[in-house]
Amino acid sequence: MGMLSRSPWVIHYDGSSCNGCDIEVLAALMPRFDVERFGVVNTGNPKHADIFLLTGSINEQNKPVVLNIYNQMPEPKVVLAVGICATSGGIFRECYNVLGGADKVLPVDVYVPGCSVRPEAIIDAVVKGVGILEEKRAALRNNLKSAVSQA
Amino acid sequence: MSERTIIPFGPQHPVLPEPIHLDLVVEDEKVIEAIPSIGFIHRGLERLVEKKDYVDYVYVAERICGICSFIHGLTYCMAIEELMKVQVPDRAQYLRLIWSELSRIHSHLLWLGLTADSFGFESMFMQSWRLREYILDIIEETTGGRVIFGSAKIGGVRRDIPLAKMDEIMKKMRVYRKDVAALCEQFMKDQTVKHRMRGVGLLSREDAISLGAVGPMLRGSGVAQDIRMTGYSGYDRIGFTPITETAGDCYARCMVRVREMDASFQMIERCVEQMTDGPIEVKVTGNPNGEFFMRSEQPRGEAIYYAKANGTKFLSRLRVRTPTFANIPPLLTALAGCQLADVPVIVLTIDPCISCAER
Repeated sequence: MGMLSRSPWVIHYDGSSCNGCDIEVLAALMPRFDVERFGVVNTGNPKHADIFLLTGSINEQNKPVVLNIYNQMPEPKVVLAVGICATSGGIFRECYNVLGGADKVLPVDVYVPGCSVRPEAIIDAVVKGVGILEEKRAALRNNLKSAVSQA
Repeated sequence: MSERTIIPFGPQHPVLPEPIHLDLVVEDEKVIEAIPSIGFIHRGLERLVEKKDYVDYVYVAERICGICSFIHGLTYCMAIEELMKVQVPDRAQYLRLIWSELSRIHSHLLWLGLTADSFGFESMFMQSWRLREYILDIIEETTGGRVIFGSAKIGGVRRDIPLAKMDEIMKKMRVYRKDVAALCEQFMKDQTVKHRMRGVGLLSREDAISLGAVGPMLRGSGVAQDIRMTGYSGYDRIGFTPITETAGDCYARCMVRVREMDASFQMIERCVEQMTDGPIEVKVTGNPNGEFFMRSEQPRGEAIYYAKANGTKFLSRLRVRTPTFANIPPLLTALAGCQLADVPVIVLTIDPCISCAER
C-alpha cells in the first residue's frame, strides 16, 4: 500500500444525472457508510484529487467542464463512471441532448452500474479504483526510472 | 474603491452537488447582480415521450429528479389518469400520500444538512443525513428502492404495505419524529445560525408573488399557497393547512421547511389511521386522449405537468415546469445586495434542484 491508496482524495462532478446518484455519493460520506474512516476525502478542488467520480451522462454543455476537471487532476488519476447514466446513458440514452456515457470523453477505469447506484457499490468502486491508482503509480515510477537511466 | 468585478460561481463548486453557474457582479464584497447560466444537465426528456409509450414514461418521469422522484412519477400518473378518467382506489391514494410525505421528509433533511454545511456547520450536516438514512430505510422496506421508488403506476400503486409492516413503521416514525424535532430545534435556536440567516436574502411578499416564487420560498414570504390545499391524492381527507412565515429571509424559509417536516410526520400518522383495506390499483386499458394540466406540491414547491395525448400510446407533448426553475428569478432578487460570503447560504435556502430545473 502506497501513500495514495491509504487516503485517496475524490472529486465528484454531476454530469447530467437526475441527482439520485449524487445524493448517494454524498450518502456514502455520511455516518452510516462513512468512507472518511478509510481516508477517502471528498474534495472540491481538482488539483487535490486522485479519483474522479463522474455521475450522469455527457452532453455538449458539460463536455468542456468535465475535460477541464480531468485535465487539472495530477497524474496518476482514475475515473469512475458512477451510475448507469455515466456508464452508457441509461434511460436517457435516447434523449437528444445526451451524447452517451462518460467514456465518450474520458478514459473510464471503473464502471459502476445501478439506477440509482447504491452507496455500497460506490465504496466498492473506490476500492477498486485505489488498486488501479496504485498500478498506474507504479507504471509512472518505472517510466521515470527508465527515463533517468537512459539519460 | 468600488470597481466592479465578475466572480464565477460554479458549475463545479464545493457547496453544490449539482452544476449551476452564476456570474456574480460584485463591488468590493457586495453582490450587485447575479447572472445565471443553466443547461449543464439538460437531457431533453420531455421529448422522450415520442419514443417511450405512456406507461413506460412513468419511469422516465421519476428520473426527472432523484430527490423528489416519487412525486414526479405521481404527478405524471395523475395527469394521465385524469386524461383517461381513471378513478384511483382510496388505499392507493393513501399509499401515494404516505410515500409523498416520506420523500418530503427525506428531501428536507437532505436540504437541512446541505444548508448547515454551506456555512461550515458540519456536524449538523452529518446528523441530519444520519436521520435521513432511517427514513430511507423505511422507503426501502416499503418500495424496494432508496432513491428511485418505482412504485407509482398509472391506475394506482405497484406495492401495498401490509398491516403488520405499517404498525412497525409507525412505531419507528414516532421515534424519528422526536429525533428530527430535537435536531431542528438545535439548528433553529443556534446563535450562529440566526446570525447567518436573519435578515439575509430578503424577498418581500410582493416580489415573491410577482416573480412567481413557489414552495417554501413563497410561504416564507407570507403567502399561504400550497398545492396540497387543492386536495389531490387524499390530502383533502386528512385535513391540510399550509405553513407560512412572514419574515421573507433565509431564516423564515428554513423555519417553513422545519415545520413542514413535523407536519409531514403528523399527516402520515393521520393517513395510517384513516386507511382501510381495499384494492391498490385499477386496470387501465386503452390510450389517453385530450390534454390536461396537473399540479402537485413537491418538497421544493409547485410542479406542473402538461400532457397532451392524441389517442395513440405515445403522448404528443409533455411539458414539465419544476419548482427550482420557478425559484430562480426570486433567487436572483434575493442575491442582489447581499455579501459575497452569503451567496452559498442564500442559494441553498431555495433548496436548488438543478436536474429538475433543466430536465
